[in-house]
This record gives sequence, structure tokens and C-alpha cells, in this order.
Amino acid sequence: MAVKIALPKGRLLKKTAALLQRANWDLDEYHSKISFYHPRSKRFPELVIKVFHEKDIPIQVAIGNYDLGICGQDWVEELMTKYPSSAIIRIKDLGYGRGELYLAAAASQRISLDKIRAGKKLLRIASEYPNLAETFALKNRLARFCVYPVWGAAAGYPPENAELALVSGESLAGQEAGLVPVNRVLDYGAALIANKNSWTGKDLGEIIASICDEVSVTEGKPAAWAAASDPGTYQPPAETSPDCVRLALPDGHQQQPTLELLQKCGIEIEDYPSAAGNRRPKLSLEGFRTKVIRPQDMPLQVANGNFDLAVTGRDWLREHLAQFPSSPVKELADLKFGGVRIVAVASQEMPVNDAAELRKFNQGREAPLRIASEYIHIADYYARENHLGRYRIVPTWGATEAFLPEDADLLIENTQTGRTISRHNLRIIDEIFTSTACLIGSSRPVRNRVKSERIKSLLDKVRRAVEEEN
Amino acid sequence: MKIPRVKGTRDWSPEEMTAFRFIEGKFREQCRKWGYHEVRTPTIESMHLFTSAGTLTPGMLNRVYSFLDWDGWSGERVVLRPDGTIPIVRFYIDRMNNGSLAKLCYITNIFIFEETGKESRERWQCGAELIGAPSPLADAELISLALKISGEIGIRDISIRLSHAGLIKSLLGGIGLSKEEQDAFFDRILDGDVATLTELKTKNSAVADLLPSLLKLKGQSAGFLNNLKAVTNIGEIREHFENFMAIVNLLESLDLDYEIDIASGAGFEYYTGVIFQLYTGGRKIGGGGRYDDLVPGMGGNDAPACGFALYIDRLMSLVNLEKAEITYPEIILVSIRPGEDVTLDRLFKAQEDLHRAGYIAEIEMAEKRPVEVRWLLELGGKAPLFTLTDLSGGTRLEAGDISGVQKILEAKSGRQNRPA
Repeated sequence: MAVKIALPKGRLLKKTAALLQRANWDLDEYHSKISFYHPRSKRFPELVIKVFHEKDIPIQVAIGNYDLGICGQDWVEELMTKYPSSAIIRIKDLGYGRGELYLAAAASQRISLDKIRAGKKLLRIASEYPNLAETFALKNRLARFCVYPVWGAAAGYPPENAELALVSGESLAGQEAGLVPVNRVLDYGAALIANKNSWTGKDLGEIIASICDEVSVTEGKPAAWAAASDPGTYQPPAETSPDCVRLALPDGHQQQPTLELLQKCGIEIEDYPSAAGNRRPKLSLEGFRTKVIRPQDMPLQVANGNFDLAVTGRDWLREHLAQFPSSPVKELADLKFGGVRIVAVASQEMPVNDAAELRKFNQGREAPLRIASEYIHIADYYARENHLGRYRIVPTWGATEAFLPEDADLLIENTQTGRTISRHNLRIIDEIFTSTACLIGSSRPVRNRVKSERIKSLLDKVRRAVEEEN
Repeated sequence: MKIPRVKGTRDWSPEEMTAFRFIEGKFREQCRKWGYHEVRTPTIESMHLFTSAGTLTPGMLNRVYSFLDWDGWSGERVVLRPDGTIPIVRFYIDRMNNGSLAKLCYITNIFIFEETGKESRERWQCGAELIGAPSPLADAELISLALKISGEIGIRDISIRLSHAGLIKSLLGGIGLSKEEQDAFFDRILDGDVATLTELKTKNSAVADLLPSLLKLKGQSAGFLNNLKAVTNIGEIREHFENFMAIVNLLESLDLDYEIDIASGAGFEYYTGVIFQLYTGGRKIGGGGRYDDLVPGMGGNDAPACGFALYIDRLMSLVNLEKAEITYPEIILVSIRPGEDVTLDRLFKAQEDLHRAGYIAEIEMAEKRPVEVRWLLELGGKAPLFTLTDLSGGTRLEAGDISGVQKILEAKSGRQNRPA
């Protein structure tokens, strides 16, 4: 059987490509502008290569979809700490992509490890590494804690929205956050990993040797923390007054249309989008405080009462409500930009045209239907609603198209034009809903009169601006 | 057809449920006699009840079933109950923590992940907790109660292994470990890892040198404890030795066999005093101990406490139901004589009359007879209205009404087969 390897895109791509170049793999397509995910190697023409988001690779190797993988050890640890019996062998530290994970807190809070161990109050930890965060909390006997599993911007959460963040040293170096480390949790770098059964049962020797022989001198550790840990001139935000409205604004590609909307409402905003990574831009409106976080994370933060309003997508609101049906978060205004369709996608070869045919198709199979999605709770809901029978959700972190047809049977995906989908020889079999940007808030009554009026006034402005535009 | 179960789960057949109910019945009966009241707590509890220091060890916590509930957007997890005692303490603090004595018992399932799936991840236990009473009398009562219940179930040859959490902790403190190191080593001892103690490099080397061997020693008398005390007779340690000896003396006066095995911990960090474990044939069937800090540690008023649990799954494999002399009422199959005209209400009336008299009476279904059935009662449309056939012997008797049927049954049934 052909040997399969999963290679990373993103952070590790360039140095991984260089390593494989030295190893004479002679890949036809593996570079930063990658649009297809199946590079081929002239040296190993039989080898099946696929490119994934780094975070997906340990899972793909553990479940045996791939024999080998290259990814950061941080994501291997994130999986292994929760599922220690995962079938992964760490073969070799590849010497590049070094980083460190820190548990960090706002400098202004003066939090120490001893303090959090002794405390009885609820500690909130924001992290892209929720399993490592939980392990840390359990090991250190935190009396009461919760973990916010965020998609990004974890360093922006303390001190108002979380006491602690488990983040890479890199994200602490941007001094805007004003974070200081409480504890170093993990040192990591790129690693070659293998599936345990492949390792014991398959001949991977030539491929492994070609990589290991070319591992050059280990990179030094990243710049010492001390350089980055100086809180500098950073001023922690003053305590939020009870009549202040806390507004979450999106990072990423929703920034420009959000900025335009604010301008149409006659609201000025300073340093947004921010080249320096400022997460707390200032609004010209009095009594508002903003923070820039990932749209994916906003509904949960509104449900928790960390924000009063947020600009996110309906897809992420629906995802949140599929996980927490009684959540108080609701859509207050449709902002009508950033429109995408959330669709069910199958490969051209799959003989189904809609959900009913999919149900029949799955009834005749032994193996569970594998549904890959970034929207794991929407995917779960879709499978339940349509009585798809036995199924398994494969969580992904983007580039989901790459999963079909080998590593999943169905995708729940968003698409603007449908072009990416047809380019990968895939086809839409069901449209689940249409998503646009929306302003969300909580259905819980706002007791503070001043704050309630401020919310209402902004909502009026936004609704008017959207109406005029459309 | 084989439909596989989830790994690490088990089904209980009617025979196994008979054994379960038998054990449960003996447990309830004894608890009632000793003045313990049964309570029941939910299967789902807040995770934070189990995470703080002084509850479960990290080794246990890593195998807890935890998840976000459907309204868990705060990010705080809930768990499937991993332990029987902590929920009872929560209940006590919530409802009874006014200085009164609480004698509570429970029968419950607990959930702990087990890697291989060979052992069940859902385990049943029956336990008793005595909250508000100090050592050593309360400790001795619970050990006696646990032994009495096991004996009633028919399990003999039980050996008791004794340890003392307070003693271990004070020994670790006595050799100059920091609070964190003490906790870490205590956890490791409780998780069964004594070997690591040999790595200890500490300030008080006199005790440190002795400690690993102390923990490995086993003995069978109060004299053994006295000898141990002689080598490590300092301050706080002495207090725990004395408590331990008082309990051992009590057990001796009750003529109970025991073995002192300091390192026989049990994964529960909440123990503060004596820890006892019950073994039979090399298998652990239950255990318990004193946990004086748990009630205040969970936010309640000070209350000394002690408890034990017996592992029902293990007991089920040991109980001998034939020896246990469980009696069943006789089974009578009720049916309509072939070809005769009898209304269904008469059929059900006859069944109900037999139920009232204490028999098991089943309506015959599609000629598929239960195996253990002895009597077949047929109803006729004309005389004789009732015919009773002894399926084991073949005799066939007639009666004009249901009381006639009952008279025959009473006369013909053996003593051991009388209605329950």
C-alpha cells in the first residue's frame, strides 16, 4: 500500500519545503501560494502527499489516514495531553519552527503561580490550546477554572475577558497586550511524526531517512523571553464602568467592511485595522470600549457577558447556538456584507444529489459517514436533523476541500462563489443557510439605563446605515 | 446478530441483576439496622467539586468523563460522577451542615475511564458516610459495618489493609519537603507509586533514609506500629501514630484481622486519617477512610467524617446465589383451555387473584413457555372451570373456583416453594 504523508501549510511551510528540497524530494507544488493540496515528488513518485493546516496533522496521523506527518510539537502535545493513547510516534525533532508556550496574565494584575494555586475564585483561561490549558489547570490544582477554546487572539483576552491566556511567546512579544508570563508550559518545534501502526507494520525507512539525514543544526531558541516581557509603557485599560458598552470587532477580512459600516454610521475609529496589531482601537462614540477578536469566538463571549455587542457572521452565531441551544445570544441586525452560503459538499463520484439520497447511501454502508467541517456543531446538527445514521465529525481548521474524497465523505463548508469547490472536483449537494455579517447581542435585559440607551442608539444608527446602503 | 457495545461498558442479564439486587438488599438491610439513611445524588455534577486540592488526585482527574453541557457557554465543565463520597459531602453541606450527625448511605454508579476497555468504565458501589463523628470510634464502626455487610453477602476470608493518610503526610512533612512536594509525593503514593520515594533528597536525612523502607514494611500488630513510632517519634507524627494505634487496638478488641501496609493508598487525596481496604482472594472489594478536611475544604462548617464503599461489580462475581438461599415464589402459567370460550377479563381476573395470593402468575403467550414454570392453570368455558397441571410430574387436578386452585397449590407445593 502506498505510503502517505501530511505536510503543513502556514507557519512551517517555507522551512519544510527547504528541508524536502535538500532531501531531493523535487516537489512539483509546495509553496506559499499553494492552491492545490496534492504535491507530487519526483524522488518518491508512489508517495501520497497532502497539505493540511498544521493543527489537523496530528489527528490525521493518529487516526491512520496518514502514515507520516510534519507539524509543530505543540499540536501533537495538544492532542496527546487529552488523548494519551493516540497512535502517534514522535520520530524526530526537525530543528526549526521553534516556539514556547506560556501561561500569561496582564502585567497589571500581578498574578503569580502561587496566587492562582491558592485562589478559590473562578479563573478563565483563553487559549488556542484548550487541552493543554485544562491539563495545566488540573495539574496545578486550580480550584475552579474554565477554558475558552478560542480560534485566535488569545493574548487579547486578559485582563478584562480572562485572567489568563495560554499563548506562544511570539504573541506575547507584541507588547500591545501588556502580558507577562506566569509559567512556561511547553517548548516546541517542527517534528516528524508517524502513526504507531504504520511505524510497526510498514516500511517507511527510505522516506524517513531522506528527511532525517537532512536535518541541519538545530535552530537556537527564540529570542529570550526577557526582551519581550518588559511591560514597557503599556497602560492597562481602566476598570470598565457599568454603563460602558463593550463592543467586539472582527479581525481578518471582515475589518474593511466593518470600518466602512462604522463610517456610514458617522462613527470614527482610530487604528482599525491596525498594522501594529492593536486590539483595543478607540471609537469616537462616548461610553463604548472595543476589542478586536476572532468572529468565531464572539458568540461565546457575548453569552458569557464579556461583551454586550459584537460584529460576527451568522455562521458563527448558528454554530454557537447548535452547541448551546438555550444561549441568550441573538442577532440584532443583519449587516448584509460578507455573504456566504453554508453548504454540504460531496465529491463528484459520490452518487447522491441531496440529503435524502445521502441518508440512503449511508444506510448501505458499514463504515460511518465522515463529515469534515470547521463548523463541528452545525455539521453535527445537520447529520442529526437529516437522520444520516452512523456518522463521525472530523474537525478541521480550514482548507477543508483537501479532505475529500480520501479523508472525509462530506464537507460542511462556506462558499462565496462555489469556484473553489468545483475547482477541487467537488459538488454542492445541499444548501443549509446563507450567512452574512451581523450584529449580535444578548437577550438578557440590560439593567443599566445609560448603557441600554447607548446600545439602542448604536443599533438605530447601524440599522439606518444598512437600510440606506441596500 | 452482534451489535457491539461501547468499549468499557457492560450489560447485566436477569441472573446478574438478581445478584445485584441481592447485594443491594443486604446492604440496605444492614444500613437500616445500623441507623444509616439512604440518599441519592445526580449522575452529573460540576467538575470543580472534584478538581480542588484535597479531592481527587490528578491521576484520577485525567480519567474523568467531563464535557460542556448544552448550556455550558461559561466554559465550566460538568462530569459524570467519578466518586461516591464527594457528592454526598456536597449534599451534606447543602442540607445538613448545622453541626448535626449525619449517617448516610448510597448505591450508585461512578464513571472512570479505563484505557484497555477490559474493565468496566461504569462501576457500581454501595457506600456509607458518617459525618460529624470523630475518630477512632466512628472509624471502627464503619470497618465493622463494611465487614458485616460483606459477611451477610456470603464473603468470608476478608483481609483488611490499613494505612494512615495523616501519618504519611506528616512523615513527608517531617523530612522537610515543601507543601507542594508533600502534595505531589502524597499523590504519587496514593496513585500506587512508592518507588519514586527512593529519589528523595531532603534535609532531614534520618527520616528520609527510613521513609522508603517504612512505606514498604508490612506488619500485623499494634506492636509493629509501636516499633515504627520509636524510630520516627517527632511532634506531629506522634499524634497520627497514636490515632492509628487507637484504631488498631479497637480492631484487635473486636477480634478483627488486619495488616498494616502504610503504602496502600487509593487515589483519593481527601483522606486525612486511617485508610482501610478490604481484600478477598487478592482482589480489592472495597475501602474507605477518614476525611476530616473535606467538608470544610468544600466550603462547609468543620465536620470530621469517615466513610467506605463496597464495589458491587467485584462482589457480584463472588456471591454464590445458591448458597444464599434466595427463595422465589412458584410460577403459574395462566391460559385458556384449547377450543373453549373464555373471555379475557376472566383470564386476567384469575391472574390477579393468584398475584394477590403471592404467586408469580403469567399469561401464556403463543405457546412459548418460560423454562422454570411448574404449574399450568387452564380456564374452561364449561365445567371444570379450572384445571391445574403439574408440568414437572404430569398430575392434572380440577377446581370449581380460584380458591379451590389455591388450596391445591398450597397442598402440593413443597415448603421451600411457598409463596414469598
